[in-house]
Amino acid sequence: MSTHVVSPWRAPLIAVEHHWTWYRRNWRATVISNFLQPVLFLLAMGVGFGSQVREGEATGGHPYLVYLAPALLVITAVQNAVFESTWAVFSAFKWQRTYLAAVATPITPAQVLHGQLLWIALRLVTGTAVFLLIAVALGAISSPMAVLAVPFAALAGMAFSAPAVAFTATREKPDSFNAIFRFLVMPMTLFTGGFFPLSQLPAWIHPLAWLTPVWHGIELARGATFGTLRLLPALGHVAYLSALVALGVLLGRRYFRRRLAV
Amino acid sequence: MSDPAATVTSVTSTLVNAKGLTKHFGSFEAVRGIDVEVSRGEAFGFLGPNGAGKSSTMRMVSCVSPRTGGELRVLGLDPDTDGPRIRARIGVVPQQDNLDTELTVRQNLQVYGRYFGLSRSAVRAKATELMEFAQLSDRADAEVEPLSGGMKRRLTIARSLVNDPDLLLLDEPTTGLDPQARHLLWDRLFRLKQSGVTLIITTHYMDEAEQLCDRLVVMDGGRIAAEGSPGELIRRYSTKEVLELRFPPGEQSGDEVRDLAERIEVLPDRVLLYTSDGEAALAAAHARGVRPVSSLVRRSTLEDVFLRLTGRTLVD
Ligand SMILES: Nc1ncnc2c1ncn2[C@@H]1O[C@H](COP(=O)(O)OP(=O)(O)OP(=O)(O)O)[C@@H](O)[C@H]1O
Ligand SMILES: [Mg+2]
Repeated sequence: MSTHVVSPWRAPLIAVEHHWTWYRRNWRATVISNFLQPVLFLLAMGVGFGSQVREGEATGGHPYLVYLAPALLVITAVQNAVFESTWAVFSAFKWQRTYLAAVATPITPAQVLHGQLLWIALRLVTGTAVFLLIAVALGAISSPMAVLAVPFAALAGMAFSAPAVAFTATREKPDSFNAIFRFLVMPMTLFTGGFFPLSQLPAWIHPLAWLTPVWHGIELARGATFGTLRLLPALGHVAYLSALVALGVLLGRRYFRRRLAV
Repeated sequence: MSDPAATVTSVTSTLVNAKGLTKHFGSFEAVRGIDVEVSRGEAFGFLGPNGAGKSSTMRMVSCVSPRTGGELRVLGLDPDTDGPRIRARIGVVPQQDNLDTELTVRQNLQVYGRYFGLSRSAVRAKATELMEFAQLSDRADAEVEPLSGGMKRRLTIARSLVNDPDLLLLDEPTTGLDPQARHLLWDRLFRLKQSGVTLIITTHYMDEAEQLCDRLVVMDGGRIAAEGSPGELIRRYSTKEVLELRFPPGEQSGDEVRDLAERIEVLPDRVLLYTSDGEAALAAAHARGVRPVSSLVRRSTLEDVFLRLTGRTLVD
């Protein structure tokens, strides 16, 4: 017999290959939301609006464009993670039902989840890397240390994605996804120190911001880019984000099994 | 038996063995303790109306749905502990297509083959072979979305063969297709059977069951009502001939003809008389002044078996 059970390590890679086959045919449709939109944002906020903002203590002594760029990298990663973790996953359960096809093969529900998360992580890393190059070309980023912002942004994106994928696996209808974007993701990207320092906001909002992956991601990405990141806080941020990923994976495994093995 | 070789053969020649198999969804009992044995090389059928529990049974056998109770062995292994190993050796055609409609015909076959651990070159060759088999070669690089229902069904069947399965599970393979598309599919399934693939088919079409199945069970309300070959079932539960008398709905109670046959069934628009001689029964009915809108003498089918066993028609 030429077929066999694939190893738990290889199975997610095969799922990624499936996504890649789709992406090769359809990548053009993703360009606008993944790249064009953040670039337009960078130009409008950084160059346009930013020309009205004086450099000072609030911007860490940097021009506004330079201050904004690493944060926008994180915000872009999280925003890109939203669609991939909600609508795309929901479709694979309900509309295209590609997950149902996959679990009729030797692949298990947990491996389907691992493949999905691995694919989203790859999308976030490549998307953020391309954005970094564009930001460099626009003069928004010059520090070589900004390379570190790419994995930090992707990690922040996954800290949102993994729990979101688990949540999506419990949904019978897609009703809640737009609300998630409007009432969770938008405030999370606007009020977590990306566009202006958190200190400008009332104190009661600070603890809420600290709960979000975006705030931790921005602290990491900006700190790395401007060379102000210290080891201990950095470890703390990474640990918190990793814990969110781990929580999402654990819940996701349970919900994927419950949804796919009925 | 002490000969180990003989034991192995006897284990592997029974591909599916279920005893008291049950499936509950919450407090609802979809499958209520069924016993099934399917041998290698057989074409086995589950015939039953909507909600009988056919798909629930198929999903347990294909190791995607855990059983609630009872015993189940597929290819000699327990789905609870060996699901991936069993799934590696079976092919599944679900009731509802789940093709990746945004990929091409060829890509669907290749991607699916990869999930079985096949190499890239192996899936390339296999995809070409299967597109030939399913008569889809001319659509190889077309996207799946706009294909006709019959083409999608053929692709789903082709996809289920990508791992050269020992056992193929087909859940209503031809429901919703036009007669021509059905006959093409039957022909492909017949070829598979000839080549030694064991088939398990669910259907609520009696002609499909008669055409394809060596042996079948009639399922109703989560239970097995009868088991045998199509011919056996007809002999056991019906008569050689059936006289159908059609009346305007509600105008016939069947009382005038009840004693003309071994058994009668009164349906809303017709009365069925089960007898060994349909023409004689018809003449006797006419002699009594019974005037149906139309009449028909035919051979018994599995439909009659089903009606006898459950008191209901299969397709309503
Ligand atoms: N996931 C589920 N949750 C709850 N009930 C279910 C589920 N799947 C099936 N059922 C119920 O179990 C019963 C048997 O369903 P099943 O799909 O096995 O029937 P079937 O014989 O395949 O019918 P059909 O000919 O309509 O396909 C039905 O009453 C159905 O509503
Ligand atoms: Mg069914």
